[in-house]
Amino acid sequence: MDFVQNFPAVSILLCLFAGIISSGLKKNAARWVNRILLVTELVLNGCTLAWVAARGESCVYVMGKFPAPWGNEIRIGVLEALMALFFCVIMLLSLEGGVKKLADEVEEGKTFLYYVLCNLLLSSLLALVYTNDLFTAYVFVEINTISACGLIMIRQNGRTIEAAARYMIMSLLGSGLLLMGICMLYDLTGHLLMSNIKAQVEVISGIKQYRIPLLVAIALMSVGLSIKSALFPFHAWLPDAYGYSTVSSAAILSSLVSKGYIFLLFKIIYRVIGFDIFASSRIIDILFLFGLMGMIFGSLSAIRENDIRRMIAFSSVAQIGYIYMGIGMGTQAGMTAAVFHILSHAATKSLLFIAAIGLTDVSDGSRQFIRLTGAAYRNKWAGAAFTMGSLSMVGVPLFAGFISKLMFAQAAVQNQVKMLPALIVLGISTILNAIYFMKTVIRIYTPYEDYPYERVTFRNIKLYAAALVCFIVLNVFLGVSSQPIVDLIDQGLAMFS
Amino acid sequence: MGANLFTNYGEAVAMILFGIGFGNLLLQNNLIKKIIGLNIMDTAIYLFLAEKGYISGRVAPIVTDGVQSMDAYINPIPSGLVLTGIVVSVSVSALMLSITIRLYQRYQTLDLDEISFRLKKEGL
Repeated sequence: MDFVQNFPAVSILLCLFAGIISSGLKKNAARWVNRILLVTELVLNGCTLAWVAARGESCVYVMGKFPAPWGNEIRIGVLEALMALFFCVIMLLSLEGGVKKLADEVEEGKTFLYYVLCNLLLSSLLALVYTNDLFTAYVFVEINTISACGLIMIRQNGRTIEAAARYMIMSLLGSGLLLMGICMLYDLTGHLLMSNIKAQVEVISGIKQYRIPLLVAIALMSVGLSIKSALFPFHAWLPDAYGYSTVSSAAILSSLVSKGYIFLLFKIIYRVIGFDIFASSRIIDILFLFGLMGMIFGSLSAIRENDIRRMIAFSSVAQIGYIYMGIGMGTQAGMTAAVFHILSHAATKSLLFIAAIGLTDVSDGSRQFIRLTGAAYRNKWAGAAFTMGSLSMVGVPLFAGFISKLMFAQAAVQNQVKMLPALIVLGISTILNAIYFMKTVIRIYTPYEDYPYERVTFRNIKLYAAALVCFIVLNVFLGVSSQPIVDLIDQGLAMFS
Repeated sequence: MGANLFTNYGEAVAMILFGIGFGNLLLQNNLIKKIIGLNIMDTAIYLFLAEKGYISGRVAPIVTDGVQSMDAYINPIPSGLVLTGIVVSVSVSALMLSITIRLYQRYQTLDLDEISFRLKKEGL
């Protein structure tokens, strides 16, 4: 079974090749190439996950002929394989759910480019997840940014281009800081492979030298990645980018792109700096503080919003805040909760985006709440899915959101200093979540009979409904049988160090 | 502290340039000036890397006169990183410029705040 360890490298290369091939294909052919690619990726990463979980220890795959300190490596662990598998699932479902809207919103001759961008995005995400080399990670961060910018811009109107410009500016600031951090770390340690850097960092901090440069490097990388993943004060680009791009893009951006950067931050914390050194620096307090502020202010902005897509986008800001709060607690339990929240938020937020588009479609394309009255009766599938997603976001038992909130609360109790603020903000944020999501659910279920738009029948929206059902199943699965997933995450985090 | 700054003046200059570029990219309203800031920022990082890889008295690691001793050459890895970084920076600059052209064609202005203001007025 050892040939399974080739799968991660193969899956990254396959995405790149599929991107190249798709650029010469027509619309439908490109779509099929993308579908087949995603299913193949599911199989490959599923096999990798099964193999590495059964094996019980991580393994390193050498790219090229050169051994450890010089060459480039891929690292295969449980958490990496789980994330890669999950990213493929979410991308497949988001694309299937938004395919009809894509045909409406994107020019006929440009649809194949959308699939090219998706393939490139997936390759960069997989590479970010699997790589063991910091500079390779930086290069793929940039590829990720460029393809994400393309995904925003593919629907051409003034709003999306402006959003893409703002997104690029914030991203470039973030990657500039990240690159500077990596360069300083290379300068301090003389290595680019994560495991070698970690060994050197331990030596440096053991002899208590270069403390300030090390701290600056950690700070630059953390701040760079948190700018890129839209942590609270850096979220200005987010509502427009998620609110006006085509729906698949919004789902992919919110649940995959920003999560890819957060996962890279996890890798840096565990594999490069070392958890203890990171936890003993003051940086986690700052991340904790901004996480808490994001949870409150993101929700407050969402309440003020009158546009359903922008409301969901602002809710993302709050959810990213949750993840950074988990990182900021500085305990293993907080980290596990944060990783689980990456999964549950990705499953829920893409469900909400896809469901929201069904609701706006039966309301004359308007996203204003006043026009959405009774939309759930006109498109029953989207209405039910939106309700499920809202319940999950608020944290009702049986859904994924409940488990992550529970885990955050449990993690908060273990940290005596940060317990009180974390629990208070968690409570306030849950109430705020409930206010704006339940407001929307009540609005879409308010009867409003004499509306001039037709009801949608199941026959017209088979694929869309199937995607929604899959999302709901994924959500309930994460909520009901969370223990195996949490065990996998714990196993993966243990393999990290 | 001061003496260290003087011996490592290359790195100090790189940091100052990084700050200038970062500030321009963040604070300028004009898109072209933002792109110039981006390029200054990236170039500062390359200066930092080149400065770190250089060992005084040695030459670029290209074997021409049969000298194969490691002591004769500088560290080649930072140069490799700079090359990769330049490729990335060129492509993002091109992308930013193309976005700028699109925005200018639509709104006849390069001021990002002005564009946002007009978008709000359009009420799209």
